[in-house]
Amino acid sequence: MAQVSLKNIRKVYPNGAEALTPSSFDIGDGEFVVLVGPSGCGKSTLLRMVAGLEEITEGELTINGRVMNDVDPADRDIAMVFQNYALYPHMTVRKNIAYGLKNRKTPKHVIEQKVAEAAAMLNLNEYLDRKPSQLSGGQRQRVAMGRAIVRDPALFLFDEPLSNLDAKLRNQMRIEIKALQRRLGVTSIYVTHDQVEAMTMADRIIVMNAGRIEQIGTPAEIYHRPASTFVASFMGAPPMNLVQARLDGGRVMINGDTVLGAAEGSGAVTVGIRPEDVVLAADGGLLFHVDLVEELGAHRLLHGRLGDQEFTIHVGKDIEAIPGEVRVALKADAINLFHPETGKAL
Amino acid sequence: MTEANAGAIDRTTTAAPRRKRRIRWSAVVDHAVLIVGSLFMMLPLLMVLQMTTVPDVEVIKTGPSLTIGDQLPVNFEKAMFEASGFSGQNTGLNMLKNSFILGIGFALGKILIGMMAAYAIVYFRMRFASLAFWVIFTTLLLPLEVRILPSYEVVQKLGMLNTYQGLIIPLIASATATFFFRQFFRSVPEELVEAARIDGAGPVKFFIDILVPLSRTMIAAMFIIMFVYGWNQYLWPTMITTEEDMFTLVRGIKQITQVLEGNRIPEYGRANLLAIIAIIPPVLVVIFFQNWFVKGLTESDK
Ligand SMILES: Nc1ncnc2c1ncn2[C@@H]1O[C@H](COP(=O)(O)OP(=O)(O)O)[C@@H](O)[C@H]1O
Ligand SMILES: [Mg+2]
Repeated sequence: MAQVSLKNIRKVYPNGAEALTPSSFDIGDGEFVVLVGPSGCGKSTLLRMVAGLEEITEGELTINGRVMNDVDPADRDIAMVFQNYALYPHMTVRKNIAYGLKNRKTPKHVIEQKVAEAAAMLNLNEYLDRKPSQLSGGQRQRVAMGRAIVRDPALFLFDEPLSNLDAKLRNQMRIEIKALQRRLGVTSIYVTHDQVEAMTMADRIIVMNAGRIEQIGTPAEIYHRPASTFVASFMGAPPMNLVQARLDGGRVMINGDTVLGAAEGSGAVTVGIRPEDVVLAADGGLLFHVDLVEELGAHRLLHGRLGDQEFTIHVGKDIEAIPGEVRVALKADAINLFHPETGKAL
Repeated sequence: MTEANAGAIDRTTTAAPRRKRRIRWSAVVDHAVLIVGSLFMMLPLLMVLQMTTVPDVEVIKTGPSLTIGDQLPVNFEKAMFEASGFSGQNTGLNMLKNSFILGIGFALGKILIGMMAAYAIVYFRMRFASLAFWVIFTTLLLPLEVRILPSYEVVQKLGMLNTYQGLIIPLIASATATFFFRQFFRSVPEELVEAARIDGAGPVKFFIDILVPLSRTMIAAMFIIMFVYGWNQYLWPTMITTEEDMFTLVRGIKQITQVLEGNRIPEYGRANLLAIIAIIPPVLVVIFFQNWFVKGLTESDK
């Protein structure tokens, strides 16, 4: 178990690229933190600095109060699961799992017992004497997990461990990893570009963009109260609707219709609203022109325009929908307001 | 379109049973070409083999012929166990031993040095790693023949004339092996190194536990090439070994045909048999390692 603390950690690669601007956060004991962001935003860089695979340019990393900046990866008491599994191809599953323990001069009978435990936990018993090339992708990722858990590390690091698996397996492994982490109670940092993984697995999400942390919060906070238009549009599928509006006399107006009665300030503002927080209104409300109905079985998405701005709403499966004009109302308590230029939440 | 396809399928299915009975002339021609080709390649070898079975006088009188004599066991006895030259230590068996020491030492030395050099260049952040690599690479332009005099002088000053070290060490620094291992190591995924680092494997452990086993097919391929290359060395052994008990096969055979005491006929049978014997080990190495060699080229086990 471990507490991890990053203080103004910054990364500049030797070629001069700043992959991470000074960033700080703390991770509590047993917490499952997901780093999410588009590809190239610096997630792996951050994770690899925690692992010790990449040098920390500036700032201070502590694990359980101990400064780790210059500690060798092997001595940080961490285990890492890689995207491409990184199994040793010439070793059997058993040897792969045991290798880290062997290097730490663990007694043989302890190694055997731990490998057996891990194999049982991960349903790998029948595969222990196979080589990685004789396993499926899901099984390989399980072996990589096994290699991580036998070491009883203080901290698990995952770098997009599921992105090489097909969708069905990914869903299944997602649940397995989460359950395993719960059961072992090991503090974990999990990197992904998939917002669904982030939402479903995390205790806390850290959303990153272009080398900066955009927001840190629980999945619910991130989803319902995004700190910026970037977070609003990155998290959630379909993303939050972002509509240009006017703030006038304490009221927020879209195309001249009031959508929110009480707000401070004046001038332009961006209104953010989740598609499911828009309801069909019998009369009154805003005029929404439906261009396209996306049938998803359990519900439908209506894509179209609010005035000249793109807009999507979410309706239950029992509501008939055809392209054309409908009237909609926004749930007032679900409205987010953002600065029209900086995109920051107001 | 679909009709044409259906027709094609139809034709092949009906043709299949008929095909068995028909002689496929293309296959016959292919095989004929191959057989003629291999006979052509083997002809010199067969001639040499024939000459080892007849008395030496016969060779002088008629040259190569189709007669198969009964001298093979006699020549074998002479070739392997009878000393030639002055010292009485220069038996075929001894030369075979020296050749093996040179071939294996040369191959293993080159592999070891090449691997270690490539390891340093690929995995360690040295200041001038790529410069070092290109310097090593340019030594391809300086084969032994070019630097033979200074090399000889160094070996001589170190007192390594007529020793195995003197025979092997100056030859094993290898740009070729370094180059191949460098290319191979660069194709090993980065994540493997990182996983090993987290697993607590230091540089030596990583090399021995992971890189060497991963490279085994590459090592086998290198071994074939380098063993044959080392085995066939002629110029360097000729310069470095003056004592007969250090002669290698390739160098020693010539000695035998040269020895003309008085008016004796050169021992053709013996020399030719030694030539055959000198061919066998490289052939065996190739046959034995060929599976690995092909595997190394086709199987991506990384
Ligand atoms: N070794 C490196 N040298 C220079 N730039 C790098 C290196 N590794 C990554 N980068 C750059 O740093 C940025 C962040 O990369 P990375 O952390 O891998 O992103 P992510 O994992 O979020 O996709 C990218 O712009 C990438 O090009
Ligand atoms: Mg990445």
